Amino acid sequence: MFTDFLSFMVLFNFIIPVSMYVTVEMQKFLGSFFITWDKDFYDNEIKEGALVNTSDLNEELGQVEYVFTDKTGTLTQNNMEFIECCIDGFQYKHQDASSELDGFCVTDGPVSKLHQKAGREKEELFLRALCLCHTVQVKESTEQCPDQVDGMSNEVDCLGIDGALSHPQERRGFIASSPDEIALVKGAMRYGFTFLGLESKSMKILNRSNVVEKYELLHVLNFDPVRRRMSVIVRASSGDTLLFCKGADSSIFPRVRKEEVDRIRLHVERNATDGYRTLCVAYKLLSAEEYTQADAELREARLALQDREEKLMAVYNQVETGMSLIGATAVEDRLQEEAAETMEALQGAGMKVWVLTGDKMETAKSTCYACRLFQKNTELLELTVRTLDDKDRAREDKLHELLLEYHKKAVQDAPPVKAGVTRSWSSASQDYGFIVDGASLSMILNSSPESSNSRYKNLFLQICQNCTAVLCCRMAPLQKAQIVKMVKNSKGSPITLSIGDGANDVSMILEAHVGIGIKGKEGRQAVRNSDYALPKLKHLKKLLLAHGHLYYVRIAHLVQYFFYKNLCFILPQFLYQFFCGYSQQPLYDAAYLTMYNICFTSMPILAYSLLEQHICIEVLLDNATLYREIAKNAMLRWRPFLYWTVLGLFHGLLFFFGVWYLFHNPALQDNGQVFGNWSYGTIVFTVLVFTVTLKLALDTRHWTWINHFVIWGSLAFYVFFSFFWGGIIWPFLRQQRLYFVFANMLSSVSAWLVIILLILLSLLPEILLVVFRKPRGPHSRQSLPVFYLLLSSSPTVTIHFPIPMSSSSLKYSLVSMCSTAAKMLSCLLPWHVLLMTAAPPSTKRTCMKFNAELQHYQTEREREREREGVRGGAGQQCPDGVLFA
Amino acid sequence: MITAMMASSYNAKEEDGHHSGAAGHGASAVKSRKPDNTAFKQQRLPAWQPILTAGTVLPAFFVIGLIFIPIGIGLYVTSNNIKEFEIDYTGVDSNSPCYTCARNFSFNSTTSCTCSLNFTLDQPFESNVFMDDSQLNGDPSALKAPSKECEPYRTSEGLPIAPCGAIANSLFNDTLKLYHVDSNGTMNEVPLVKKGIAWWTDKHVKFRNPNGNANLTIAFQGTSKPVNWRNPVFELDPSDPENNGFINEDFIVWMRTAALPTFRKLYRIIQKKSSTTPTLPSGRYILSVNYNYPVLSFDGRKRMILSTISWMGGKNPFLGIAYITVGSICFFLGVVLLIIHHKYDNRNTSADIPN
Repeated sequence: MFTDFLSFMVLFNFIIPVSMYVTVEMQKFLGSFFITWDKDFYDNEIKEGALVNTSDLNEELGQVEYVFTDKTGTLTQNNMEFIECCIDGFQYKHQDASSELDGFCVTDGPVSKLHQKAGREKEELFLRALCLCHTVQVKESTEQCPDQVDGMSNEVDCLGIDGALSHPQERRGFIASSPDEIALVKGAMRYGFTFLGLESKSMKILNRSNVVEKYELLHVLNFDPVRRRMSVIVRASSGDTLLFCKGADSSIFPRVRKEEVDRIRLHVERNATDGYRTLCVAYKLLSAEEYTQADAELREARLALQDREEKLMAVYNQVETGMSLIGATAVEDRLQEEAAETMEALQGAGMKVWVLTGDKMETAKSTCYACRLFQKNTELLELTVRTLDDKDRAREDKLHELLLEYHKKAVQDAPPVKAGVTRSWSSASQDYGFIVDGASLSMILNSSPESSNSRYKNLFLQICQNCTAVLCCRMAPLQKAQIVKMVKNSKGSPITLSIGDGANDVSMILEAHVGIGIKGKEGRQAVRNSDYALPKLKHLKKLLLAHGHLYYVRIAHLVQYFFYKNLCFILPQFLYQFFCGYSQQPLYDAAYLTMYNICFTSMPILAYSLLEQHICIEVLLDNATLYREIAKNAMLRWRPFLYWTVLGLFHGLLFFFGVWYLFHNPALQDNGQVFGNWSYGTIVFTVLVFTVTLKLALDTRHWTWINHFVIWGSLAFYVFFSFFWGGIIWPFLRQQRLYFVFANMLSSVSAWLVIILLILLSLLPEILLVVFRKPRGPHSRQSLPVFYLLLSSSPTVTIHFPIPMSSSSLKYSLVSMCSTAAKMLSCLLPWHVLLMTAAPPSTKRTCMKFNAELQHYQTEREREREREGVRGGAGQQCPDGVLFA
Repeated sequence: MITAMMASSYNAKEEDGHHSGAAGHGASAVKSRKPDNTAFKQQRLPAWQPILTAGTVLPAFFVIGLIFIPIGIGLYVTSNNIKEFEIDYTGVDSNSPCYTCARNFSFNSTTSCTCSLNFTLDQPFESNVFMDDSQLNGDPSALKAPSKECEPYRTSEGLPIAPCGAIANSLFNDTLKLYHVDSNGTMNEVPLVKKGIAWWTDKHVKFRNPNGNANLTIAFQGTSKPVNWRNPVFELDPSDPENNGFINEDFIVWMRTAALPTFRKLYRIIQKKSSTTPTLPSGRYILSVNYNYPVLSFDGRKRMILSTISWMGGKNPFLGIAYITVGSICFFLGVVLLIIHHKYDNRNTSADIPN
């Protein structure tokens, strides 16, 4: 009895595909080489490519739902740069520091009168303001500056090689609490005003004509995030008392004269949308009386014992009024190469991007805008110390209230998420961005040990999950890991990815499922602790969208295929037991049993799982939305698994009973000789090997010579091996079961016919499924420039461009499309969006033309509607234009 | 400044634990670290990307349909033309097994053909189908020491059994004879050929007698006959000394174990005499059975089947029907696909912008 059990164990052990583990490991190990080999990951600057520290996570790259990124050094290069300024409504853009060091370059801004400049006095006033209104300290140094450390408030910037070359004091460092101030001082220096330092309450400036000007620093009205501005009061050598103020536009504009604002506002808004950090500069000439009053009030407020903050604030607000606006500045925290594109692609791929940074909120927020993580229409939900501070109530209550409010906004009122809709044109649903800082986060996570604690956490998570982007600022390194852990353990346990470059990111890199280190300037800590190391942030896009996607599809297919092929291998064996008196008689010969997974069917699937590109890499990179198709383990869920299981069952039953019917009369040879049980097994096995291999051939979308070689090679090897194995009396074997069985089988016409029939019949449903599956435009690679216009009842029309397509032919098609756009639209009214997928960028201009046509048509239609007196719904009925997905 | 900073970070890296020679080594290895721009490594091997669409699959379906249906009809007709005659001679009463029973029947074969006489058994599968192929191949050492897996039919009375194993032990040993009854009542025995009923390779390569075909009595000395057998293996066919021992064709046919519990094996062949006279002229025939093989103990059945043989073997309508069915399905699907293709095409062209 027990021996029977053991025999069956041996007989059926193939149902657990042990060989799968070997193949999977091999696939992972060999597959990871493709990441190392990818020359797109090679960076010329550091002369290194990608580094793969583990080969276990290739497929996880295709499943990432949350991306946690560090800001400084990862999203940004952490180099603030003065980009342009606007003085009195005229735009000054510094084009080339070395060639026009002393001159102002005027570029044609949208409003500027060409080649006109503001008055020289205004210019100098503006530059003096830049030089004076800050808290920068000069650090004389001949040595290299120490590395900048993310999260520290004291940022040190070096002014060396890229700074002003003509000055003798070029080797000087500036120290300031914010890199913006340094950028501004440096910017002023480029225009000829150099800040020399603060010595005993007097600020020295080297002006354009190389004359040192001295200003006595009377008061510094410190920056604070509520006022969002700072001021200095200085006394010039001429005796004038001046107040210089710089700050965010929203805090400056109400305090200056209205007529000045309009000229500058345009510039500021344009700069802001470009992702620059903008500051406005204003000044005020204080009369002696005004100064003495302000001076007295300031001193009094500073010395106040009670409510000092409030009193100071009141004085500040009082002093900073009636100023006149001089200009505005635009400073860029230079983003990493293609940071915005990368972030957009990640969001398009359905990933939630969280920025975790130690920086302060304003800086981080502007970076988020620059990276297009937050967009203009994104509604920001703020949960920071600033919003929590309320005079009347404790922070705890306020936190509770805010959380509930945001939850209502973002979770309860939000419409159900529509799959596959890119947010850029789903105007109906509001995007939310969530901002939280370290202090509030620690309140949420571990404030009180009450039951409400976990409730906060849940609320917080739900809000975050409904936001397109989340910004966590003022984070300690451990807090970063805490956040990652919280998301990782949330419902559905999403796959998380952390990317960072510094030692402070190590904890979060280690915590996330996939940790990615940037081979940045901050040493090797992150790289060494990561799973993958990339030279640049921009490489993340290809790593996830192309490599991750492909690896996931490959391994998912590999796993499913293995279960399938072993199921239809063992099922006939199982069924045979009912026909052989449960005698543990094997259906297949021992050699076949052993070789099936090792030789006959292993190579094609390995080649498939290394080389398959069901969608070619360019298309994957162009269509971030394709990533959503495999999100949430789409290929390894119950449905596909059931499909493969049913397929395996079907094939197994077909193989066994097909041959069973044939063996009702085992006299299958033309001389009347009969076939025995080994012939039976061999026929089943032959059908099995061919079907299983051809099934994979049907699934292969990317036939390289290697695929051809292994697929046809495996089949040839099977035939060769069977002849060989049955052709010799093996001296070391006690049993010659297969002696001439295979050759005899092939000498029977009936056996041939049944083999062909069964192979075809088992593949028939598969072929039909492929044919009847929806034709997927961007997946296919056809040479013909065909538009697939999928007319359906849905109000979206998708124009798929089969890729690759020569841009000229596409252009031609598009132009002809434009000319017929109106005609087209007249018959296709219920669409409101034309989504153009996978269009090469070169054709965007042509598409703009198309858009213009559409707009023209739209306005005409609206006019028509007005004439007819029909109201509303116009936007819904007319195409919005061509959008790029 | 950038270079200065990079230099400093590089130093930091060295301090992190890299060996100090890394800088120089790194500089020389810089070139080689760039990934090769080969098609394989960049996953850009030229590839054929077949797309199965209704249009491409459609002709294949029609072709399959058009090929399969004629084949199926051919198979079906061939199978139907095969004449088969079956007698169940198991007997009912287990107490009085019919040792020599004769049955009358008439068989009508107008054309000249090779006919086969088969027997069919309906018996549960042997639980141990092991046979010692080394022994059967004439290995003298295996003859004297059969494989352990032959148990419980390995030794009898201290001597090794040749051939050992349960399968050999249960050798079918009924004798069937066919008589043609003349118009005047005399019984003429129909000549049954016993050569060529086993696979050629089995008869000539796989099954060998020990010491060649010399004196089999001596060759099999020191072995015992299987328990159920009446005669030892070297006396299986008294009429033909070349057909004895392991190369006895009845034995070889039996040793090619059947796949299913109800099985049919070739017993004898009736050769055609000439192309003009029918092999078995119509008339009365008598089957005489020497009943040795007990089946009633396990509720088995025994049947004699007289059948003609064609290019596809014995009668089996399954293949013909299957081919016709699959062919028709393919053809039908071809039509369906054609309609779909046509419609899809129409829709596509109507929506497409005229270029």
